[in-house]
Amino acid sequence: MTNYFKLIALGVATLLALIAANYARDVAYLVNALTVAVFAAVAFIWVLRNTDEPVQPAPQNEYMDGVVRAGVIATAFWGVVGFLAGTFIAFQLAFPYLNFDWAQGYMNFGRLRPLHTSAVIFAFGGNALIATSFYVVQRTSAARMWGGNLAWFVFWGYQLVIVLAATGYLLGATQSKEYAEPEWYVDWWLTIVWVAYLAVFLGTIVKRKERHIYVANWFYLSFIITVAMLHIVNNLSIPVSMFGSKSVQVFSGVQDAMTQWWYGHNAVGFFLTAGFLGMMYYFVPKQAERPIYSYKLSIVHFWALIFIYIWAGPHHLHYTALPDWASTLGMVFSVVLWMPSWGGMINGLMTLSGAWDKLRTDPIIRMMVISVGFYGMSTFEGPMMSIRAVNSLSHYTDWTIGHVHSGALGWNGMITFGALYFLVPRLWNRESLYSLRMVSWHFWLATIGIILYAASMWVTGIMEGLMWREVDANGFLVNSFADTVAAKFPMYVVRGFGGVLYIAGALIMCYNLWMTVKRSPAVESRHSVVPAE
Amino acid sequence: METYSLLRQFADSWMLLFLFAFFIGVVIWVLRPGARKVYEEPAGIPFRHEDKPADDDDSAADAKEA
Repeated sequence: MTNYFKLIALGVATLLALIAANYARDVAYLVNALTVAVFAAVAFIWVLRNTDEPVQPAPQNEYMDGVVRAGVIATAFWGVVGFLAGTFIAFQLAFPYLNFDWAQGYMNFGRLRPLHTSAVIFAFGGNALIATSFYVVQRTSAARMWGGNLAWFVFWGYQLVIVLAATGYLLGATQSKEYAEPEWYVDWWLTIVWVAYLAVFLGTIVKRKERHIYVANWFYLSFIITVAMLHIVNNLSIPVSMFGSKSVQVFSGVQDAMTQWWYGHNAVGFFLTAGFLGMMYYFVPKQAERPIYSYKLSIVHFWALIFIYIWAGPHHLHYTALPDWASTLGMVFSVVLWMPSWGGMINGLMTLSGAWDKLRTDPIIRMMVISVGFYGMSTFEGPMMSIRAVNSLSHYTDWTIGHVHSGALGWNGMITFGALYFLVPRLWNRESLYSLRMVSWHFWLATIGIILYAASMWVTGIMEGLMWREVDANGFLVNSFADTVAAKFPMYVVRGFGGVLYIAGALIMCYNLWMTVKRSPAVESRHSVVPAE
Repeated sequence: METYSLLRQFADSWMLLFLFAFFIGVVIWVLRPGARKVYEEPAGIPFRHEDKPADDDDSAADAKEA
């Protein structure tokens, strides 16, 4: 019966999308409307073909892992896409010729840069978070996922967000807010998907069989709720036309800037930190085969992080129209944030105490440990850079980009790779990974890639900051902007090479995971590997 | 008093006090005597139901174990 309502809804959605495409005022909107129409039409046909077929009741004594498998594939796929875009734009900066004349307005740096950031943060990171949160919440609640196929709606709805955003960027639809570039209709759709995500996650927690809510779920839940709040407030905008992609922000001036960086920094704090800490609190103990070092510390870590992070945003607006008291507040909270972050790092690292030998034999745990190490490093660097005096040197330079990437490639990337290596054999019922040697190769390629990236950006960043402020005896600036650009060339090449190493590692991972599914021997019985309690 | 000033005054007095007290309360609660023993049970959650959800009678057993 519900299928009939689904068919009506999808049919109407297809029709409306086609009408919108007909009246489209700009190319981005036209392409987006056609994409929506195709998505809705395919979903319509799929539902139609399954209507009035005998329905298998969902087995309540099994976990719902199909959607997690899809999420793992999507994570690996979008990861490669995002890394590729990033490496390409890194070379565009080193060799401007790569901003091809024939592709101006579509594939120049300005268009590809938001494609890269959104692909790695929201497509790669977001899919990793959704997939792992679905895996973890079921295992730690000892309950099958709530909501049945709603989880599939979340997965496919989120992929639609990604495709709409990415094609929109290339065709020029952007509201020019960093990490919140998608235009109004994509924002509205993401809100719907996100509410469904919250419902699935919370519903599973509510029907849990464990008495306690495991700490990883606290982190995941705070990530889902906070991102919903940030997303809605930062995207308050009024469309110019129902048939065009352009919208106008409700806030203006410094209020808009502060809202943007309240969003922007908490996107780092809750999307890239709290959510990924949820991964850390499950996968590190599992791979180390021992419980988290201190459960007490994990609770303090959680509350300290969410109480403090939300205030740190103003440090993005030092020396701007933002009042001094606000940027001082942001700076102080950023420095205070250092301690809870390191508390979390210590908790992750010390989980290995008594099992440090695993570092030698298990490249997956090595990956997780270096990721926690990078978490510690970038949560020291961040507070330092938020201090006003340091920021006067570092802001607008490549140092910021280096900082972001040591966090993103090191912490988010490595913990995600570790989780993928952990998940694939279990999800596809394999005895082990296809090759541990390849994991080692991946580990070293990625690590050396990050080091090349971060080190070259430190050098260019500080150099460029010093060159900008250098004045001669008469008080005139010594360097023109173009002088700094020319001076940065060698480091830009090194940075691009670091990216090549990183993506090479990711491709090795994809091959390894593929072969794990294809070649590794299957586990004979699912339940034979359960350790006795 | 205009809304902004009112909210501003509330935010940097009572709300600040409440949030700070809540946070200190959490830390003290976590460090209460006997907490270590209590937290051993949730710390073991990832190792209990790897392959399939708990049966209905299973959860009672877990709760008793705790």
